[in-house]
Amino acid sequence: MADKSYKAGVKEYRDKYWTPDYVPLDTDLLACFKVTGQPEVPREEVAAAVAAESSTGTWSTVWSELLTDLEFYKGRAYRIEDVPGDSESFYAFVAYPIDLFEEGSVVNVLTSLVGNVFGFKALKHLRLEDIRFPIAYIKTCGGPPAGIQVERDRLNKYGRPMLGATIKPKLGLSAKNYGRAVYECLRGGLDMTKDDENVNSQPFMRWRDRFEFVGEAIQKAEQETGERKGHYLNVTAATPEEMYKRAEFAKEVGSPILMHDFLTGGFTANTGLANWCRENGMLLHIHRAMHAVIDRHPKHGIHFRVLAKCLRLSGGDHLHTGTVVGKLEGDRNSTLGFVDQLRESFVPEDRARGVFFDQDWGSLPGVFAVASGGIHVWHMPALVTIFGDDSMLQFGGGTQGHPWGNAAGAAANRVALEASVKARNEGRVIEKEARDILTEAARTSPELAIAMETWKEIKFEFETVDKLDVG
Amino acid sequence: MSTEMGNFETAQTLETFGFLPKMDQGEIQAQVAYIIANGWSPAIEHEHPSKSFDHYWTMWKLPFFGETDMGTVLAELDACHRAFPDHHVRLTGYDSYTQSQGSCFVVYEGR
Repeated sequence: MADKSYKAGVKEYRDKYWTPDYVPLDTDLLACFKVTGQPEVPREEVAAAVAAESSTGTWSTVWSELLTDLEFYKGRAYRIEDVPGDSESFYAFVAYPIDLFEEGSVVNVLTSLVGNVFGFKALKHLRLEDIRFPIAYIKTCGGPPAGIQVERDRLNKYGRPMLGATIKPKLGLSAKNYGRAVYECLRGGLDMTKDDENVNSQPFMRWRDRFEFVGEAIQKAEQETGERKGHYLNVTAATPEEMYKRAEFAKEVGSPILMHDFLTGGFTANTGLANWCRENGMLLHIHRAMHAVIDRHPKHGIHFRVLAKCLRLSGGDHLHTGTVVGKLEGDRNSTLGFVDQLRESFVPEDRARGVFFDQDWGSLPGVFAVASGGIHVWHMPALVTIFGDDSMLQFGGGTQGHPWGNAAGAAANRVALEASVKARNEGRVIEKEARDILTEAARTSPELAIAMETWKEIKFEFETVDKLDVG
Repeated sequence: MSTEMGNFETAQTLETFGFLPKMDQGEIQAQVAYIIANGWSPAIEHEHPSKSFDHYWTMWKLPFFGETDMGTVLAELDACHRAFPDHHVRLTGYDSYTQSQGSCFVVYEGR
């Protein structure tokens, strides 16, 4: 940038935005993109174009650039790496100065990093693989309304994963019948139940009716079992005003927890609701409808680890992460990689888990990892091993599909969970000894014995579409 | 296996391990060993069943900070149980790193 005079025209991006000697600052926001350029364009030029278009640059030189100090504000492509086992794509690392972003706004960060640049013609595909948020930026975000530790204390759940279920059928039940299904699950031994994401306030069941009946179901189950219970009342709505109205009423009926869909609802709504929950002592469960549209293609879009990091900043106490073993997509190492990002205070770079940067979360509370979708009692030992205690394991069909109904299905899952945790604590390798552990436990639980018989043949063994890049 | 329809009766349970059969001394000892191996502090609390839903139960002495002898913890559990036979007695492993409880379960149920 020696040239201080203005010359109109189009310059190559790499003149200004490719800076291989740059040493990133601790305050920089760092991003790793997987870039697939058009064949004839050099890598450095493509990487520089990504840095430029996602920060200060535009396609043409403009005179007003000279009114500011772009050396201070520009994003810089500072490193290029091969993608193992892929000759077509490469990783581009870009450093962004912290002042490019409004404080406490993942909305603003994403608008820059995954904005227009994703439609850029010089690119065939572009995928945002990871973001390193500087601790200085993290300190400006509210994060989870309560966090793992506070939720455990409020609900008195220690030393084990929590157990839940999504109420089925997911659409069509009347409010009173829906409350019945909730009550049956909770009295049987589940800690919490969940609204299906599709349930908002449809003609067959308006939200106010659902909240009232579910509120009664929670109170009754708590009184009868002596344990603390909850149901994620979904307050995802067409407008923020409506969302807050429902949140207020959920608090009024005595539910300890709300639910929101952070991608379809949007980050602005999510951050606002998280703030509301923090101020009102409510927990917040986050569902991720639409994520696979964004994160499943291995060469285009945003990896889920980035969406998970953004959610932790925006705020949520639970986040769905896939199950690894159930009916939905999810590679084990990759899943463990972003589960760490939700729960730990520091996560080191680990390419074997798809983690491209050290990430310091400071004192931001942790988020429970939620495993949900096509799981049943036979999966329990594996789930406890994969997800550990700071997780919410949700068995929808695996609870309500029990031949004796929801309460027996819930009890079967609770026995399987506790038997797995007990055996793990005794030092047994529970994933390997799954059959023995469950068979032993079923001797004193006819509910578990019948669940094991019902689901013994169900497996979901398909290859994952989005694999980690390995040579 | 019977294919008859069963009826699940709601049970009063006490959170973690509340759905498993009563543990014998060997099983309790294994859980104490797990708490100690994790570097957590064993602690004992008791409460009358009518107040078991409360967050706070009454402490039995102070948490046993730095205790590595399983026998001591088992003896204290037993002493608490004998002193309050009609109370529930629970064992907690306080985790100072997470500022939470790494483990917590009822060892003796009050009569």
